[in-house]
Amino acid sequence: MEHSAPQFFKRGPTLHTRFVFFLLCSLILIIADARFHYLERMRMVVATALYPIQQVADMPGWAASRGLSFFVTQSQLRLENDFLRQQNLAQSGTLQTLGMLEAENRQLRGLLALKERLPRKTRPAQIERNYPNPFARRVAIDRGLQHGIRPGLAVVDGQGLIGQVTRVFHWQSEVTLITDKEQAIPIQVQRSALRGVLFGMGYDGALELRYMPVSADVQNGDVLTTSGIDGTYPAGLPVARVSHVERNAALSFARILCVPVAGVQGALQVMVVETEEKPPADPFLGDSKIQPAGRREGEAQ
Amino acid sequence: MKFSFPVPAHTEPPPELLRPPRGSYIAFTLLVAVVFNLVSLPDLISQVKPDFVALIIVYWSLHSPYRLGYIVVWLLGLVMDIASGAWFGQHALTYTLLLYLSTVFQRRITMFPLIYQVFHVGTLLLVIQLVTPVLRLMGDEDFPGFPYFLPTLIGALLWPLVITSLRAPMRQVTDQTPA
Repeated sequence: MEHSAPQFFKRGPTLHTRFVFFLLCSLILIIADARFHYLERMRMVVATALYPIQQVADMPGWAASRGLSFFVTQSQLRLENDFLRQQNLAQSGTLQTLGMLEAENRQLRGLLALKERLPRKTRPAQIERNYPNPFARRVAIDRGLQHGIRPGLAVVDGQGLIGQVTRVFHWQSEVTLITDKEQAIPIQVQRSALRGVLFGMGYDGALELRYMPVSADVQNGDVLTTSGIDGTYPAGLPVARVSHVERNAALSFARILCVPVAGVQGALQVMVVETEEKPPADPFLGDSKIQPAGRREGEAQ
Repeated sequence: MKFSFPVPAHTEPPPELLRPPRGSYIAFTLLVAVVFNLVSLPDLISQVKPDFVALIIVYWSLHSPYRLGYIVVWLLGLVMDIASGAWFGQHALTYTLLLYLSTVFQRRITMFPLIYQVFHVGTLLLVIQLVTPVLRLMGDEDFPGFPYFLPTLIGALLWPLVITSLRAPMRQVTDQTPA
């Protein structure tokens, strides 16, 4: 007692005690978030508070891209214009037959007593930034809860699927790209109508079609589209093209690599596709508040 | 045979005396560091961009020890977790560790001149850069490749710049008249 430091030298708990305390706090948070996904609500609150700072940080990039786009050459504009006109012409041809096909489809589905596929609503959005996280392939888009974005919606660009909304904040949302390591998409091979699951590999420009038997009818160049059987992705969105098929009889599955058809890395303007179907329960969020409105109403009844 | 290290401490001019930093100045530098971390840049640059918040934390814990508390550092970590879409607590953990290590080694590191400090700071940054992959390995992920450590290298190389730019506002106006 006599040898303890005088009161005026006291600095509270020692450095080591404080370090261990905050270390434990961090570990608890990591486990709560990574294993149990408890903290989505808190994440949303902090993200909303952080929004202005993020806007400030985005300003130089925004100004630079604006400044650069101002100096587009005329030839570039003309090339783009020509391309768009051609594309428009080609598409107007297909569009003219679309009305007829839709009517016919409705009639046939009525004959077979199948559920009618509802037309999809899309919302335009813009990709704001990549998340500076080397372990995940995620981007932020400039539409959030305020604009009716819900977790689980598919995100497409002009060519095909680029990802899925995984977290929604007030004015922005987080989109996990299809190339993310934890992303799996139920697909169908367009040519052979074979169903499968496509996995991201964690780096740009490559996807893997796993668990296909060695004898599966998959060829180089096959287009894979979403099959829609999970109720998350609407059916028929182009996802990837098969780039490499390796059949080794010693293994139980073929090794099939694919390349995304959409501009997963490069896209800026994207569409968030609404699904009218009831999405299945989110295994991560469970019964938390961040839920699609439709499901909550359904449960209340 | 005797191997002798160059002894820097005595050959260097004595360190200049700086005014003690105001709390608002420390807060300002941290805010700027957060904004620097959030700036969206082309992929190629953002892959090698160092963690500015980590550099600023090291600076303050070396040059005004105990001014920066664990609570502030920990909350900054949470902010960075949200901004980078990482697990909650990941940056909080690394910043806590960084503050601890740089406080423990404060006496030793500040003894060395700037060039030698680069190696010390580089080591600190490397240690905290290793925390995340080790945590991820427990969740059965691959170890990232060499490019993952480029920000560490760049951060260490930026250290002299960080020191000089942060010191500038704290310089004393000295009397220039010859004795």
